Amino acid sequence: MTAFAHHFAYEFKTGLRNPTLMLMNYLFPLAFYAMMGLVMIEINPLFTDTIVPAMAVFVAMVSTVLGLPGPLVESREAGIYRSYKVNGVPALSILSIPALSTIFHVLIVTAIIIVTASPFFGGVLPESWGGFAGVTLVIVFAMGALGLLISVVAGGSRSTVLFSQLIFLPSTLISGLTMPLEALPASVRPVSALLPATHAMQAYQGLAYGREALIDPWASVAILGAGGLLALGLAIYLFNWDSRNDARRGRPLLALLAIVPYVAGVFLMG
Amino acid sequence: MNEVVLRIEGFRKTYGDLVAVEDLSLTVYRGEIFGLLGPNGAGKTSTLECLEGLRKPDGGALDILGVDPARQPGRLRDLIGVQLQLAGLPGSMTVREAMRFFSAYHRVAPRDDLLARLGLGEKMNSQYSELSTGQQRRLALALAVAHRPPVVFLDEPTAGLDVESRAELHAMMHELRDAGATILLATHDMAEAEKMADRVAILLRGRVAAAGSPRELTAAGAGMTKVSIRTEQSLLFQNGAQFPAAERHTVADDYTVYFSTDPGATVSAILDHVTTHGDRLIDLRVERPSLEERFLEITHTGGAR
Repeated sequence: MTAFAHHFAYEFKTGLRNPTLMLMNYLFPLAFYAMMGLVMIEINPLFTDTIVPAMAVFVAMVSTVLGLPGPLVESREAGIYRSYKVNGVPALSILSIPALSTIFHVLIVTAIIIVTASPFFGGVLPESWGGFAGVTLVIVFAMGALGLLISVVAGGSRSTVLFSQLIFLPSTLISGLTMPLEALPASVRPVSALLPATHAMQAYQGLAYGREALIDPWASVAILGAGGLLALGLAIYLFNWDSRNDARRGRPLLALLAIVPYVAGVFLMG
Repeated sequence: MNEVVLRIEGFRKTYGDLVAVEDLSLTVYRGEIFGLLGPNGAGKTSTLECLEGLRKPDGGALDILGVDPARQPGRLRDLIGVQLQLAGLPGSMTVREAMRFFSAYHRVAPRDDLLARLGLGEKMNSQYSELSTGQQRRLALALAVAHRPPVVFLDEPTAGLDVESRAELHAMMHELRDAGATILLATHDMAEAEKMADRVAILLRGRVAAAGSPRELTAAGAGMTKVSIRTEQSLLFQNGAQFPAAERHTVADDYTVYFSTDPGATVSAILDHVTTHGDRLIDLRVERPSLEERFLEITHTGGAR
């Protein structure tokens, strides 16, 4: 086995072995999905139209934005990256392999949702499976990169939670996951356009379900892709092996550049 | 032991206004165990971290077998094995996974024999967080040498180890040296340095305060050899006898203790004195100054060579 394969296998197993990661990758998103399927559809029967994309976006957010940064920050604080560095583990592997294994877990849970949503909750499946798969990959890339960027700039576990929640909490409320964007006050919509989850939902609506979207779905895909690339580039640039070594290449505030594509999205909101 | 493996010339490391290491120069030869000693803040860790490529030096030249650690990190990894003092492994990583993980990055076959040798054979499926401190340090050592590096850095390798593990680790260090590896050993344990190191350097405030073999260093000190004597009637102390080259005497645990600059003359005179005064010798011990005593002397006097 190559170093990459060993590393990936270890990280993937950690996602199942570590109770916190197991909670973030599987238990919490699946429990939330079950609750939404059982309760939300009772309250709002139209939720069957969006349960699959909404829960796919939710799963991606929980695993990448909430779940991914914490263990990476803890590893850096515990000096694990120092051990990695002196043994020749490249920085790119330290960042990319946990993200890839997390994405793998996301895809497994997304598959569980696709298989169960229709028979259990009457969820509407995508018209275009190619569109669904493509949009899903762009979403997990964009959100995985954001998770990595948070892990690089967060100075400790408290700031990690703060940064993650700054993205996660508004996303659950105003991105179209639990209620349609059209139902939001006009003044809130520009704020929702700053959230990756909003563009994820718009891309699913347009490209996987053939529905009308408030933002051109291809523009949403482009924004997610550009946001992901910027976040990944910044994460690599700002990566620090060691919290004891303060010789950084750039200031953490540079991470704010990752929101530039989403700011552009504000002007595209219909 | 003439091939230079590691060379430090005019090395300087600062942290803001704090100068951690200033104009440090050292040469380490193949097959040597070289001890790096010094009180906390002396610059040992800064020196090691720059040699290991974890930090960049602010001046001077570092060279390990022709490789500059700051500029050629890729080549450095195959040349060095590092047991860090401040580092760890993921808590959920098993001993077996750790060996396979790092061996894969070094492109060598896993060395389960090393794990067994270090008493970790029955812990292969234990997670890192389940290991005792001693087991964690032994695992770190196994990982550091699994790819058979020519240069090994050990930072406080025996801290937290029990007597048996410590002896096993010392035996392994000798084996590594006999196989041609060069070991740079940073330790606070003077007895360990004296026992294991071929040469040592004592750092003080970022500079080399003294360097040489432990024997040379202790000989270069105040040169006081400790002569302890116990007799039946303890007449030596009672009559306050003085002897050639013995500068002072004290009493501890029924022994009269002299510190001598010429132990041969002192011992001979003491034995004559005991015989002529009708006393009888029970025990006589002659001990040269330990490295620890020399270390304390150097650190207290501010580093006179």
